[in-house]
Amino acid sequence: MSLTARDVEEIMKLLEASTFDRLALEVDGMKLELERGGGGTARPRPARSAAPAAAASPPPAAAPKPRASTEAGLLEVRSPLLGIFYRAPKPGEPPFVEVGSKVAPDTVIGIVEVMKLMNSVPAGVSGEVVEILGRNGELAEHDELLLLVRPEAG
Amino acid sequence: MIRRILIANRGEIAVRIIRTAQALGIETVLAVSKADRESLGARMADRALCIGPARPSESYLRVETIVQAALGAGCDAIHPGYGFLSERAALAQMCEDEGVIFIGPTAAQIEAVGDKLRARAEAIAADVPVVPGGPVESPAEAQTLAAQIGAPLLIKAVGGGGGRGMKLVERLEDLAATMDMASAEAGAAFGDARVYLERYVAQGRHVEVQVLGDGRGTVIHLGERDCSVQRRYQKLVEETPAPHLPEAIRAQMHEAAVRFAARLDYRGAGTVEFLYDVARNQFYFLEMNARIQVEHPVTEMVTGVDLVAEQIAIANGEGLRLKQADVRIDGAAIEARINAEDPARDFMPSPGTVAAARWPEGDGIRVDTHIVDGASIPPFYDSMIAKVIAHGPDRDAALSRLKGALGETRIEGVSTNLAFQADILADPDFAHGGVDTGFLARRAER
Repeated sequence: MSLTARDVEEIMKLLEASTFDRLALEVDGMKLELERGGGGTARPRPARSAAPAAAASPPPAAAPKPRASTEAGLLEVRSPLLGIFYRAPKPGEPPFVEVGSKVAPDTVIGIVEVMKLMNSVPAGVSGEVVEILGRNGELAEHDELLLLVRPEAG
Repeated sequence: MIRRILIANRGEIAVRIIRTAQALGIETVLAVSKADRESLGARMADRALCIGPARPSESYLRVETIVQAALGAGCDAIHPGYGFLSERAALAQMCEDEGVIFIGPTAAQIEAVGDKLRARAEAIAADVPVVPGGPVESPAEAQTLAAQIGAPLLIKAVGGGGGRGMKLVERLEDLAATMDMASAEAGAAFGDARVYLERYVAQGRHVEVQVLGDGRGTVIHLGERDCSVQRRYQKLVEETPAPHLPEAIRAQMHEAAVRFAARLDYRGAGTVEFLYDVARNQFYFLEMNARIQVEHPVTEMVTGVDLVAEQIAIANGEGLRLKQADVRIDGAAIEARINAEDPARDFMPSPGTVAAARWPEGDGIRVDTHIVDGASIPPFYDSMIAKVIAHGPDRDAALSRLKGALGETRIEGVSTNLAFQADILADPDFAHGGVDTGFLARRAER
């Protein structure tokens, strides 16, 4: 059995109607990878390995990004929940904050999605964003470091 | 094919599941609370994901977070272990909706056995004996039924379990007053004021049957376990086979458990619990636990079957890899649960840091634990820290090995029930075998 163009069209429709963003299929040595959306803010998700588990498969997903700033006295903004972290309110829209943005405790800095429930993440601190560690569209753990903020002088 | 499992549990059972997954070449992602980030399981798993704060209601009990963690980490299956979300139909249901394999029964099966009255009705329909009794809605109904059952009897909360929500009525004239109280308490404790009456068995043994079902109506059993050594309804010592149980009763129990599970087209590993009424030489259905159980290792020791591997195979759609005739019981096995608690202070939990731990080794000895030197025992969870299991060609040999094993065990930094367990094993009644569930309470009074 092999996939015809028609089969691929059918599969695309199935993906379109499903809640999934990505589909990887392997049939008789033919590999099909579909991704929903395109354009706008990409939502890269860790790809499931199509190779048998015995083969050297990638780690079950990226580990949290290590902080680069060595500056002392920076304030941390951590993820209150485990979920998918988004930097912007919607794909294609500008991020809530960028490096250099000023934040107050109630400034929303991102969204954490838990099973389609969107939870806004307030900064909780005041100052200027100096580093963004949370990766858009990826799984953030509870308590994972998302932002570093330089407190306001004074 | 299951390639990557999210384990939604902690402690020794997380380690236990990781071991089998690793042996099968399956990747593991362990969901951990903030308090368990440095646990042995977190270090053994391919990845540990922090799902929330230490408090279980904000981490291990969050259905959405668990499913999100599985999806986000690219897991195709979730193993719930025991306790926590293992018997929450909501988790099984969300897995079904999201296309994640739940390593366990269907949501409908969890619901069918989770409600005591429904489970009892299922038992009757499967021609499995139940304790004489039934649901009551009015005082008049209760009086009529109580007269049929006879005193002493128990009033039980429909939403209760594990010994919670039960009241003993010794004389029928106390029924009305006790029932009012039981109903009010059940409403407050479980959000469900429904109660039922049941014959009180003065001398009963807790005997349960391990089953495996393929989800299509084929069910096999892997023998029984006697878990009568209980303190306040918490099991402390479990063993297989059940000592001195009449062979006819043993066989009938096995068959009854298989009938019950088969009627539900039960999928996965499960345990059908019975109360054996010693005086009447009868047994009654208590409940079915739709999960892997704490005491599963004794069954594994005598059958040589890895129950977690079978759970995964069934979840994978491979069905039952064993036929009933393939199941052989070899010798006897006994398990002692080691808890971080202080028997001298009314078994108060003893959380803290384990300065040093030395676990026994040797022929027929198995230790399931997550406790290594420096391990932390957070105060938020169950106090069980290990299970020491001994297997031998017969019960005497297993018992003697278990005694030796407990003698070799050293845990420093926290209090444990090790000495208490050693006393139980040395008790002449236990050594003879076949004690009833009142055994420990009677010992405490001596």
